[in-house]
Amino acid sequence: MEYIDYYKVLGLDKNASQEDIKKAYRKLARKHHPDLNPNDKEAHKKFQQINEANEVLSDPEKRKKYDQYGKDWQHAEQFEQAKQSRQRSQHFGGEGFSGQFDEGDFSDFFASMFGDSGAGFRQRQTKFRGEDYQAELQLNLTDVYKTHQQVLKVNDKNIRITIPAGVEDGQKIKIKGFGGTGINGGPNGDLYITFHIINNTEFKRQGNDLYKTVDLDLYTGVLGGEKTIDTLDGKIKLNVKPETQNETKIRLKGKGFPVYKKHGESGDLIVTFKIKIPTNLSEKQKELFEQLSKLST
Amino acid sequence: MENTEMIMLDEFCASHQVEVSFIHSLEETGLIETVAVNQALYIASDDLPKLEQITRLHQDLNINPEGIDAVNHLLRHIEEMKQEIVQLRNRIRFYEENDDRV
Repeated sequence: MEYIDYYKVLGLDKNASQEDIKKAYRKLARKHHPDLNPNDKEAHKKFQQINEANEVLSDPEKRKKYDQYGKDWQHAEQFEQAKQSRQRSQHFGGEGFSGQFDEGDFSDFFASMFGDSGAGFRQRQTKFRGEDYQAELQLNLTDVYKTHQQVLKVNDKNIRITIPAGVEDGQKIKIKGFGGTGINGGPNGDLYITFHIINNTEFKRQGNDLYKTVDLDLYTGVLGGEKTIDTLDGKIKLNVKPETQNETKIRLKGKGFPVYKKHGESGDLIVTFKIKIPTNLSEKQKELFEQLSKLST
Repeated sequence: MENTEMIMLDEFCASHQVEVSFIHSLEETGLIETVAVNQALYIASDDLPKLEQITRLHQDLNINPEGIDAVNHLLRHIEEMKQEIVQLRNRIRFYEENDDRV
């Protein structure tokens, strides 16, 4: 169990007045309050420390005991044990964060010095909403091409969720009531799932549109023809116009990625043709290209 | 038809140790809405998390209803910006991946 310097936590020296303590607590509480720093575990932890320091230092009796035994808290514990029979309960008021913590949120150091009764001020039977849980789910791009169901294990509970097609990388969804259990019968918190989508395809995705670069041989590019390409939905045959230039883009309506929560709607697939210049030409081919070259000059 | 569970305002105030006048000032600021049924005031249970957060900000940090309104506005703004950052990161990645191909 580690000694906690409550003065240091509040940025004060030992001679600080009650007014100084109040001001320091207010200032730090405004900075680290969990409601002002949602999903920030560090701020949450820091706020607990500030709150605990304030509970001790803002109460003259507790401050006196803390100042007296401070670093030698272990001796204080022995001393207190001897006193326990005649001095059982203490009640005090004071400011403090009233939500989301229970007595277990106080440090072992606090409990050793002040016992369970030290936290008596928060024995109000206030109902509090449970903590929100944050989870991350990694999926392949092909997984979110179609709406599907998945079973997740969150805190030993199996939750079946429906993942709608079209979910984006970094998107967060809320599942109501699957967070932490409410305190004193309060409602449960919510579960937030952030999706990390790994692109396991040769397509690039931007919003609902997909992009793909397709190699096209010179002859089909010049003369036109048919080209079969893969989409996420299967193969399709494209008509290539004669004299198709390198980097020509064609847009295939509705062949892109499904639009999130808009059933039947999809973005477009944009295909870019990359004309491949033939290599390892035979003598005959070279001759023909030379003839072509002469014809075009 | 969907049913909304309602919580009696007096019960909320008693359990959370706040004055009814505080709730009225929140209503005046437009932060919450109450519903009167047979001369008793109620709040929708769906608004409970929001009202509890407001109560904590008021009790812990001494922020008045106007300040809470401003805080909520800024928190929403931060959340929107976070979402925008995610979208912009995705777009940057798209262009970076395309650059790699050249």
